[in-house]
Amino acid sequence: MSSVNVRAQAAIELSQVSKVYRRYTGRRFATLKSALLSGSLIRDLRPDEIFTALSDVSFSVRAGQTVGIIGRNGSGKSTALKLIAGITKPTTGTVAVQGRISALIELGAGFHPEISGRENVFINGIMLGLSKREIQRRFDEIVEFAELEEFIDAPVKTYSSGMYMRLGFSVAIHVDPDVLLVDEVLAVGDAGFTHRCLDKFAEFKRRGKTILIVTHSLGLVEQLCDQVVLLEAGKKTADGDPKRVVGAYLTEVGRQEGKFIATTDARAGQANLPAPGTAPPADPSKAGAGRWGSGIVEIRDVTMLDRGGQAVQVVDSGAPLTIRFSVRAQQPVQDVVFGVGIFNAEGACVYGTNTDIDAIGTESLSGDAEVSFVIDALDLVAGTYKIDVAVHTHEGAAYDYHRLLHTLRVQSQTRDVGLYRPRHRWEFSTNVAVKPR
Amino acid sequence: MWRNLAQLVQYRPLIHSLVVRDLKARYRGSVLGLFWSFFNPLLLLTIYSFVFSTILKNTRDPDTDPFALFLFCGLLPWTWFATGLNECAVSLIHSGNLIKKVLFPAEVLPIVAVIATMVHFFFGLLILAAFQIYTGHLPDPVDLLWFPVVVVIQFVFTVGLGLILAALTVHFRDIRDLVSNLLTFWFFATPIVYSYRMGAGALGEHSWILKLNPFYHLAVAYQEILFFPGPFNGGRSLLAIGALSVLLFIAGYWLFDRLRDSFAEAV
Repeated sequence: MSSVNVRAQAAIELSQVSKVYRRYTGRRFATLKSALLSGSLIRDLRPDEIFTALSDVSFSVRAGQTVGIIGRNGSGKSTALKLIAGITKPTTGTVAVQGRISALIELGAGFHPEISGRENVFINGIMLGLSKREIQRRFDEIVEFAELEEFIDAPVKTYSSGMYMRLGFSVAIHVDPDVLLVDEVLAVGDAGFTHRCLDKFAEFKRRGKTILIVTHSLGLVEQLCDQVVLLEAGKKTADGDPKRVVGAYLTEVGRQEGKFIATTDARAGQANLPAPGTAPPADPSKAGAGRWGSGIVEIRDVTMLDRGGQAVQVVDSGAPLTIRFSVRAQQPVQDVVFGVGIFNAEGACVYGTNTDIDAIGTESLSGDAEVSFVIDALDLVAGTYKIDVAVHTHEGAAYDYHRLLHTLRVQSQTRDVGLYRPRHRWEFSTNVAVKPR
Repeated sequence: MWRNLAQLVQYRPLIHSLVVRDLKARYRGSVLGLFWSFFNPLLLLTIYSFVFSTILKNTRDPDTDPFALFLFCGLLPWTWFATGLNECAVSLIHSGNLIKKVLFPAEVLPIVAVIATMVHFFFGLLILAAFQIYTGHLPDPVDLLWFPVVVVIQFVFTVGLGLILAALTVHFRDIRDLVSNLLTFWFFATPIVYSYRMGAGALGEHSWILKLNPFYHLAVAYQEILFFPGPFNGGRSLLAIGALSVLLFIAGYWLFDRLRDSFAEAV
């Protein structure tokens, strides 16, 4: 029953960990000489300014669990990993880790370019805590995993960056740690290698090892992890079930991104907002972002609304979306058509229509009005899209044309590709085995 | 600190493999390879002995004949000391990757620097031995028993100083330049190109100043053991320097240990 005991205890335990980095701003140009002259040697070794990378973070990881740490850039993920690896010490709080750690933080960090891959494997292995005999025993496996049989006796400086990383990864993973720390290193190597890395993680998991992964790949986190910790600006904001934490993260990212898009859109709008009345470009379909038209009808505001009528910049794929624009007619007009276009980031038209095409006879417009283009389900794949809105005559003479001035971000947890996501399902005849997930 | 110090013993395989790597990497890709380890001291020796035995020949102490041999006895350990310290000073900075990204015992790096340069010193000793046999100026075999003692003391002394330099250079990059300049001064303050008797004679009653230099005692010990005839009787001062070296090592290790946590951030 000892295995039960091992499983019950925490493999990694962080309690109230804070990490404060010191910045020596005042000492930027200072030298030893000036430090000695002004007698400030000791004082200069003290920080002038502090930066809190982690503040009061506690979480624990049970042995045998696979845990992901997610968060935006600069949220303290890598700092947490370095603390757990023991490379840096927490300013306050304690970090406890049970068992041998192998940290995949920088692959091949100790490689020396002038000597051969073989020699580097031995030295790297010793640095990671293996004995010479242990390395000897695993050597073939290491080389095979890195797919470097042919090049193992060549100096490492002749390796491509992929080869270098593969060898580094292979050595680190063959240390046979109890706790494996991984910092966004799966981006190395080709698809085949990435696949084998994932297999290796799965094998580790089966053997009851603890894995801690820092990554931006949310799909990987959901696929691999039993628990996810979300860090935001150095604080833990969520911890637990992967689906829930990833969801919380996406909501937060969406909110932040919406703010960002709103401000850049506002800026772009102002910059590109000549008084309506500008002549249209020769070929409007090829024109870049801009605005033109006679100005007799003015589009004063464009908002995108989610299911609940909230103004948003980021929507979930498949959710309803309303594009609403407020218009003002300087004088009553009889000949009026409203149009909307959706473009992807490369400028390809995803969809475009207007009231004329849709056979809606808009007869007249006067004064202030609001027009809503309601989409029941926005079946687009994740990505950034640009929106055109326009008011023009039946012949196409623009009153006010907003070209690519509005930004919409579609987010999705499915990793499908393309532009349009048809509603779909898969069906199988007999003889196809499907594992329920 | 003491626990870390005790762990140092466990790092033997790591130190060993890093030293081997350093030596291999240094000459990999050069045509003459290991020959440079012999060639460098030989070239230095030729230059110095030409200057002092041909150009400045009237200024020498007659006891120091054959002069090239005398010079070699002081110059070899000095070269070890000087290159060792220079490499210690930059050892942490140059391996920043290891310190920042891998759980790595940083004190290993200056120690590796001192050992790697010591290996070159041993290569130089082979030339010295060949030279002694060639000139027939052989050392006293009993004196030679002291030789490993001096080497060990110099090793401890260099590592102690090296740890301090390595730790401080991380915070003050100019130490590395300071060290190379200071070493030039230190070289001439040590009886290497002149005999200690000559130095004492020139300074008269102030000759005690020379003895404040710890390396004075090491250089003199090397010369007494390897060059000057008669039994070696510098044991007392040598042991004093040995005690000083151990203290320096402890102080150096203490400082290094104190600053250890700052390395990963400041390198």
